[in-house]
Amino acid sequence: MSMPLRTPGLPPRHSAPSAVSVVLWCAAVAFVVWSFAGAGLSLERLQRGIPALGNMLSRMFPPDVERLPQILWSLLVTFQMAVAGCVLGLILAFPVAVLAADNLSPHPAVKAAARGLIALFRTVPDLVWALLFVIAVGLGPPAGILAIMVDKIGFAGRFFAEAMEEADKGPREALEALGATRTGVIFSAIVPECLPSFVATSLFALEKAVRGSVILGLVGAGGIGVELKVAFDLFDYDTAATIIIAVFLLVLLVEQISDRIRRALI
Amino acid sequence: MQIVRPAEAFPATGTAATPAVAVVDLAKSFGERSVLAGVDLSIAQGESVALIGANGTGKSTFLRCLIRLTEPDRGTIRMLDDVVTDLGAAELRRFRSKVGIVFQKHNLVPRLSALTNVVHGIQSRSAGPRTWLQALAPREVREEAYACLAAVGLEDRALQRVGSLSGGQSQKVAVARMLMQRPRLILADEPDASLDPKAGEDVMDLLLRVAREKGLTLVTVSHRLEHAVRYSDRIIGFDAGRVALDTPSAAASVHELRSFFSDRTAA
Repeated sequence: MSMPLRTPGLPPRHSAPSAVSVVLWCAAVAFVVWSFAGAGLSLERLQRGIPALGNMLSRMFPPDVERLPQILWSLLVTFQMAVAGCVLGLILAFPVAVLAADNLSPHPAVKAAARGLIALFRTVPDLVWALLFVIAVGLGPPAGILAIMVDKIGFAGRFFAEAMEEADKGPREALEALGATRTGVIFSAIVPECLPSFVATSLFALEKAVRGSVILGLVGAGGIGVELKVAFDLFDYDTAATIIIAVFLLVLLVEQISDRIRRALI
Repeated sequence: MQIVRPAEAFPATGTAATPAVAVVDLAKSFGERSVLAGVDLSIAQGESVALIGANGTGKSTFLRCLIRLTEPDRGTIRMLDDVVTDLGAAELRRFRSKVGIVFQKHNLVPRLSALTNVVHGIQSRSAGPRTWLQALAPREVREEAYACLAAVGLEDRALQRVGSLSGGQSQKVAVARMLMQRPRLILADEPDASLDPKAGEDVMDLLLRVAREKGLTLVTVSHRLEHAVRYSDRIIGFDAGRVALDTPSAAASVHELRSFFSDRTAA
């Protein structure tokens, strides 16, 4: 049997990792192990937790529908809060996105400021905004609406800006070449092209707002979250179950509808 | 076979003493690479000029520099009574509104109707929400846009999305948008390049007809030498960022022009 021919110049299958990457990998693994230890998650704790969870679940069923009218009313308020906050946020996100987009911002300083604002609104969780607005405007849905609005300026502002940056530069250049103003270029060339992306982002924002608005009630920013908190505080688990199911159905419904719209658009 | 030259069948009418375009020592580099190395060129009012040359010899950059879509590094451009190189931002916008340009790619908004894209041409003269969509435009603007579409033979496609039109049809819509501008001079950067031979010819026919009817100067960059010969009065050849050939089209043959190319690429 003859030996297979050796091909000169064939590159090796693997190249040896550098010392730096070996050290970095070891550090990453050590960090993950350390994180588990730090969080105090242990098998023994899980074993104790499971019966407690089972006990709570058994007390949740069957769900208590006695307060259903009140729950549905709160759910409606929650949804309204999400819609109002979301719409306000989306409207304000557009100009912020224009100022933050690479190809549209009038000045680098303005761009940096707009991007900073978007980053701030995105990185601070909506629950924290809700806490701030509860202090500013008092308990109730208005605080929730403002918190959702700020969160959505951050969320949609970033995606709107990215969509506008990715827009084909041909139509834009053609309009600039015929002497159109910046506003003309934005609304005639860029917005029509980005519209499907804008709508998709807006629908995601609405889904996110509906899910988020449930939590906001926990800190007093209105909606069904308050009901949920009270039910848990009073160990009224069967009412809590009804609330959770109602929220689940609402979120599912909103997601289904927005998914349909998105599909129709693409 | 005798080649019929449309450019001769419809002779240029302009005889104005001052040239429509006068360029002196125009230069442009991108980093280390010099694309225009001191171009001097004068184009008469009403003349149809074809710019030819191999890829990277500076034809398109020259065209873009004329309306400062690309900023030149050096040189003076006089065009339609303006010293283009001296204009401020607002004056440049006003100047650009007088110059129609057709690109290799049609550069229309595919999701909008043909009519709306043509209405956008009015932005050379006015601004505001009523110039953004045909549905919002004033009656006289809609009528003019429709007439421009009719001039390129696409009035029956007015409400069709541009994205659903063929390449040739889209390029004609781009010409219609340019007409809406009521330009005083037309620039065309390889308007026939991405089209099949028939559609490319249709677009060139259209551009020359429009230019001749209105007595406008037409400057076309083209890689199709037979188009350069047929649709122009004069052929300018670019090489290494300079004008290396300047000949009346009537005296030029495709064969000779081809040798202009091969001599250069061999060098």
